[in-house]
Amino acid sequence: MTDSARRPGPNGPEAEEQAALPPQSPWRLFWRQFRRSHLAIAGGGLLAAFYAVALFAPFLAPYSQESMDRARFFHPPHRLHWIDARGRFHPIPFIHPTRLAAGSNMRFEEDRSRVVPIQLFVRGASYRLFGVLRGDRHLFGVEAPYRVFLMGADPQGRDVFSRLLYGSQVSLTVGLLGLAISFTIGLLLGGISGYFGGWVDTVIMRWTELLLSIPGLYLIIALRGIFPTTLPSQQVYLAIVVILAFIGWAGLARIIRGMVLSIRRQEYVAAAEALGMSRLRIIARHILPNTLSFVIVAATISIPGYILGEIVLSFLGMGVQEPAASWGNMLNQARTPRALESLPWLLFAPGTAIFLTVMAFNFLGDGLRDALDPRKVLGGKTG
Amino acid sequence: MRTYVLRRLLQVIPLLLGISIFTFLLLQLAPGDFLNTMAENPTVSAERLEAMRHSFGLDKPWYIQYGLYLKNLFLHFDFGESFARHQKVTAILREGVLNTLLLAAAAALVTWGLAIPLGVWAAVRQYSWVDKGLAVFGVVGLSVPEVLSGLLLLMLAASTGWFPVGGMRSIDYDQLDMAGKALDLLRHMALPALVVGLTPLAGRMRQMRGNLLDVLRLDYVTTARAKGLSEGVVVFKHALRNAINPLITLFGYTLGALVSGSLVVEIIFSWPGLGRITFDAILTQDQYLVLGAVMMASFVLVLGNLVADLLLAVADPRIAYD
Repeated sequence: MTDSARRPGPNGPEAEEQAALPPQSPWRLFWRQFRRSHLAIAGGGLLAAFYAVALFAPFLAPYSQESMDRARFFHPPHRLHWIDARGRFHPIPFIHPTRLAAGSNMRFEEDRSRVVPIQLFVRGASYRLFGVLRGDRHLFGVEAPYRVFLMGADPQGRDVFSRLLYGSQVSLTVGLLGLAISFTIGLLLGGISGYFGGWVDTVIMRWTELLLSIPGLYLIIALRGIFPTTLPSQQVYLAIVVILAFIGWAGLARIIRGMVLSIRRQEYVAAAEALGMSRLRIIARHILPNTLSFVIVAATISIPGYILGEIVLSFLGMGVQEPAASWGNMLNQARTPRALESLPWLLFAPGTAIFLTVMAFNFLGDGLRDALDPRKVLGGKTG
Repeated sequence: MRTYVLRRLLQVIPLLLGISIFTFLLLQLAPGDFLNTMAENPTVSAERLEAMRHSFGLDKPWYIQYGLYLKNLFLHFDFGESFARHQKVTAILREGVLNTLLLAAAAALVTWGLAIPLGVWAAVRQYSWVDKGLAVFGVVGLSVPEVLSGLLLLMLAASTGWFPVGGMRSIDYDQLDMAGKALDLLRHMALPALVVGLTPLAGRMRQMRGNLLDVLRLDYVTTARAKGLSEGVVVFKHALRNAINPLITLFGYTLGALVSGSLVVEIIFSWPGLGRITFDAILTQDQYLVLGAVMMASFVLVLGNLVADLLLAVADPRIAYD
């Protein structure tokens, strides 16, 4: 990719198009290609929004993830209204307070005569934004004795919407951290294996074969067994990162090894060697940049797998523990017969979030792959 | 060919040995052991606990434990005994593996039974609304993990009552006649098999479509068309055979993915397979059962890869192993 910027002058029909444009860096070429893929842009935008929401979760969520409402277990999602009983229009929607339907099994009915307006920037539970900024204002909420459940309440009377936001802080980040470590190990060991060969290569490759022969989820839950069953939530987080990091590197290391082996035999590497470039410089300037586009695409496409790793672990009760929220342990609440029969929001709230996240990463990965395809970029051809 | 198969099978032995050492070390790293849960039970006395620790061999260092395990494995093909179930590990695993393979086979039927016709349909109607609709379905399908589709179908079963909510057999299974038993099993298997099978469907369908489109562009297909053969004959007799080849290979490779993917599904639908056994065994630190189960799952995966390589040789005469 770095070479494309230093291409010699126009020589071909495609080059004319290039000549008309200002000199292009590889990233400009990439961007020109990437922005044509609307789905990838949409996916990237959605993910940016999700991560922003995760960052500002304490402010955006009306309640804390632990706060329970003992009077409103299993409360269904509140319906938002704009027009009240007297036909008046409210620019900011309101809810009707609910009460338990007489003689029923936790069924709520709206009290149409009363109006509880949703207020913006209300005072509520205090929190620390980014771990430092102290605050007690929440984006929205209702007056104190009442509560608003945008996505319903869980069996402990906690707000599912708030838990979804807090849960995203765990579920959206743990996979990324695991992936970052895993890919670093994979690049390093794959590079060493391909570059040095010999017994180092043999040892690393046998080791990857072993790891790749154990079905993924079996390995994940077996690794979880190393850590004590009950851990404080920060330590569980770290444990999951370690487990996920341990899983994925083997496959990557094998591919990188293959790439390094073939890149080493390229003529331009021989040329660089003949010019007296140091080996480290050759690896850094000529070998690794050639794996970069592959690594970026592979990483983006692998992210959903890592995120799902945490979700499955927490779903199985081996990951993030209550009362801390994660999308995985929220799904676990949806497993009870009662939830399956009459509390669909327990499944659909985290389910939709997971679905959208995975799909957005898939779109982004597809777009990146098309845009980073080295043949297309080097040819200067788009389309 | 025979020597190749033999060599590949022999290579499995050191691999499984490595996996067993690796898993054994993992279990040793885990804090506590099976008896920790027993110790919390007030009716179990300290002496009894000590006696059990001794009889299970948990008081010996790990390399002696592992040596004993290997000795029993090689001399008597004995995978040890489950602490929790007081049963031979082989007996527990035999049933579990059969159940998992049954589920995997049904799931494979779902995947391939749908992927091939749908892929062909999308290819012969390229750029039509069928093709586009299937593409959208594929994108959505790729983004629904097994946990979600499993819970969704479980919700369907719970709210409609059309299917049983988990398990493998009804309570009155033993009283049913042959046909009734088969039907009962099918009803229990339908949803988990659908979940495990639908996950790889989208990818396989896209591959089938792409392969067929590639083949349809080849010269010999043009020749066939030029001869005046009907489109059906061209597609199904000439093109399809070559387009299906790469998918045959994938069939074996997906076996590993099916085993791994069915773990969550087995737990959601309480299907008594290998995944469920492994999960329970890890929770109770049932050492030898975990060892046996992980080795068995890996064996299935490695075997699947071998089958894939062999199928490729069978399907494509250009490939020869010696």
